[in-house]
Amino acid sequence: MTAALDAVTVQLPSSLRELVGGAQSITVSPAPADVGALLDSLALTHPVLERRLRDETGAIRRYVNVYVDGDDIRRAQGVATPVVAGITVQILPSIAGG
Amino acid sequence: MTYLLAIGTRKGLWLARSEDRLTWSLDGPHFLMEEVAAVAIDSRRETTRLLVGVLSMHYGPTLVWSDDLGSTWNETGNGAIRFPDDTGTALGRIWQIHPDRNDRPEVVWAGCEPTSLWRSTDGGLSFALVQSLWDHPHRTEWLPGAGGAAVHSVVVHPTSDRVTVAMSSGGVYVSDDGATGWTPRNIGISAKFLPDMYPEYGQCVHKIAVDASGPDTMYAQNHHGVYRTDDGGMQWNSIADGLPSDFGFFVLTSPHTPATAWVMPLEADMRRVPVGGRMRVHRTRDGGSTWTELGAGLPDNSWSVVLRDAACVDTDPSTGIYLGTRDGVIYVSTDEGDTYSVIAEHLPDILSLRVAVLP
Repeated sequence: MTAALDAVTVQLPSSLRELVGGAQSITVSPAPADVGALLDSLALTHPVLERRLRDETGAIRRYVNVYVDGDDIRRAQGVATPVVAGITVQILPSIAGG
Repeated sequence: MTYLLAIGTRKGLWLARSEDRLTWSLDGPHFLMEEVAAVAIDSRRETTRLLVGVLSMHYGPTLVWSDDLGSTWNETGNGAIRFPDDTGTALGRIWQIHPDRNDRPEVVWAGCEPTSLWRSTDGGLSFALVQSLWDHPHRTEWLPGAGGAAVHSVVVHPTSDRVTVAMSSGGVYVSDDGATGWTPRNIGISAKFLPDMYPEYGQCVHKIAVDASGPDTMYAQNHHGVYRTDDGGMQWNSIADGLPSDFGFFVLTSPHTPATAWVMPLEADMRRVPVGGRMRVHRTRDGGSTWTELGAGLPDNSWSVVLRDAACVDTDPSTGIYLGTRDGVIYVSTDEGDTYSVIAEHLPDILSLRVAVLP
């Protein structure tokens, strides 16, 4: 399926795909202004998924990494990192655990 | 009659079933790789509900439930336990899920980290923060122990509006008005890790349990110290004489027989292993005046422990005792603690155990 031209694609790791019916990615359309707004949108459409990514204070969970077009948002502007139509936002769990 | 044993571990949940408490079949893992520190089997409802506190290292904590004994799981979209925005706080971990009295089947309590108490009036699908405890002026002085800072014990009075909670650290607090006002009740309980050994509050009470004689008599396994109160916590008295150590994590009480309780002494707070490497349970039949060491079937050369919620009792006339160790072994006694057999092993560290008879 081709994403709408004004959409953002959110790629999910395998450990989160069961929350979206097994899909590797979902699209958010129209593109929100930034990562924070993107997560706000997910909170409405996929609230359980959104809670996996950030806590109720709005903080991205410590061991969740978010990349906008390949750039780690922690090295950019955090949740204020801009998002534009056509790009991919990739969610990856960091290396952690025991 | 089917017994259901819910086994929460560091890496998932298992459900075990038995007709005779000796042979068990295990179903699991559910929530593989996620920590299950709190589980409840709520059999007050027409359909038994499992409530599970799950913590993913990556994706955080959540509460899930099942109304079909684990075949399917559900969770509230925006979170059953969610700190109000004005607290600026995020849920860290669910430590305790406690169904209320039988005559309030929709009420469920939860104790969480950071130190907080929550109440549900819809069977556990959503919880409200007990604001009065959150706003308590002592809260900033309730410090975390090695496992974090949380309410880990909730005791509900069978007829009045009294609610008793215990937290590590912080101690015992009681509300006599349905969780509106809270008073520390720690007189007699020591805090050896503080300059003032007997403060008003700040103790590290590891677990409390109610005696079968009635709600005013309770036992506390403290961070050093084993105590009993006979007046709802107004005064606690040491009952540690006769134990090889007063350090431990859990205390269990008989649901039927007054003055009967079980503990597992560990060497000390800086040596959290069975005394002499011998895993043993100690039972009192007289409210703590005397203790008897029990352990046929429990291991020697054991350096594992049973954590505060990795122990439970059933309601059988011959009380069953269930112990889950940090090295993934579950022992069951069907003779009130005299002898033990292994019903599961090679599991991850066991954090929580609860048992119920299915209707």
